[in-house]
Amino acid sequence: MPAATAAIIRDAMTLIDLANPTRFLTLTARILPWLAAATAILLLIGLYQSAMAPDDYQQGATVKIMFIHVPNAWLSMFVWGVMSLAALGTLVWRHPLADVAAKAAAPIGAAFTFLALVTGSLWGRPMWGTYWEWDARLTSVLILFLMYLGLIALWRAVEDPSRAARAAAILTLVGAINLPIIKFSVDWWNTLHQPASVMRMGGPSLDRAFLIPLLVMAIAFSLLFLTLHLAAMRNEILRRRVRSLQLMQASQRSA
Amino acid sequence: MSLGPYASFIVISYALVTVVVLILIIWIAVDYRRQRARLRELEASGVTRRSGRSAAEIR
Repeated sequence: MPAATAAIIRDAMTLIDLANPTRFLTLTARILPWLAAATAILLLIGLYQSAMAPDDYQQGATVKIMFIHVPNAWLSMFVWGVMSLAALGTLVWRHPLADVAAKAAAPIGAAFTFLALVTGSLWGRPMWGTYWEWDARLTSVLILFLMYLGLIALWRAVEDPSRAARAAAILTLVGAINLPIIKFSVDWWNTLHQPASVMRMGGPSLDRAFLIPLLVMAIAFSLLFLTLHLAAMRNEILRRRVRSLQLMQASQRSA
Repeated sequence: MSLGPYASFIVISYALVTVVVLILIIWIAVDYRRQRARLRELEASGVTRRSGRSAAEIR
């Protein structure tokens, strides 16, 4: 067998292995301590760099809020993107872990979105003179937060996880329409929120003194999400194992 | 390091992020312990998985 074909088969087998919840639990048990350590180290470096970053000539020291606001804002959208991929996994490929991944991600995504809204508001008061403005960016992110809460409520309302999975997947994909609206709201409408300064045509407009701490914090928060997500997925798999054993116990007692 | 006239906004922002992230970590850790404890209880009561493997086993 050619080496390339063997590699493809090996990769495919790895994916199949991950579809098995027990193998997934084995994998998470191995990698979670390393991921947690890497997250903690990177967060400490990011926080140190944020503390040492110079004041902005317009914002002063308030620019430090950006180092936590922007990663949370990015993740608020990224997590919904992950959930949308998982929704496709549920509806199209019927991957056994897709719904587990989506359900585990929702509360973490809601927390990041909440933090993006509140830290943005705390930055807005001294810089804009207001905590809140009903402009397109702020409103679309608030809608994203409410959609996270709606999804969490849906999963909690339906006892059978497999029945909740399809409804939640459809709602997630419908909600994904909001992602480009959030991203391009600052270009499409006249908003108080400033346009993109990192992910933009022509490269970042930020000075390196701000860009580097921001990127380190963004990577640290992304690792934090990955760590928390894997741990929450492990919990969800165990919760479903508990449920199936309780059902078995109930049927044994009634027999 | 001086935080200037808006120090309270900066400190509250960082404190809030720390608290929410800690709540997430603690919630996930407590949930993990709770699920493991439930699995051990079920196993102790004699319920076994179809595969015959230990319910509380995660490796």
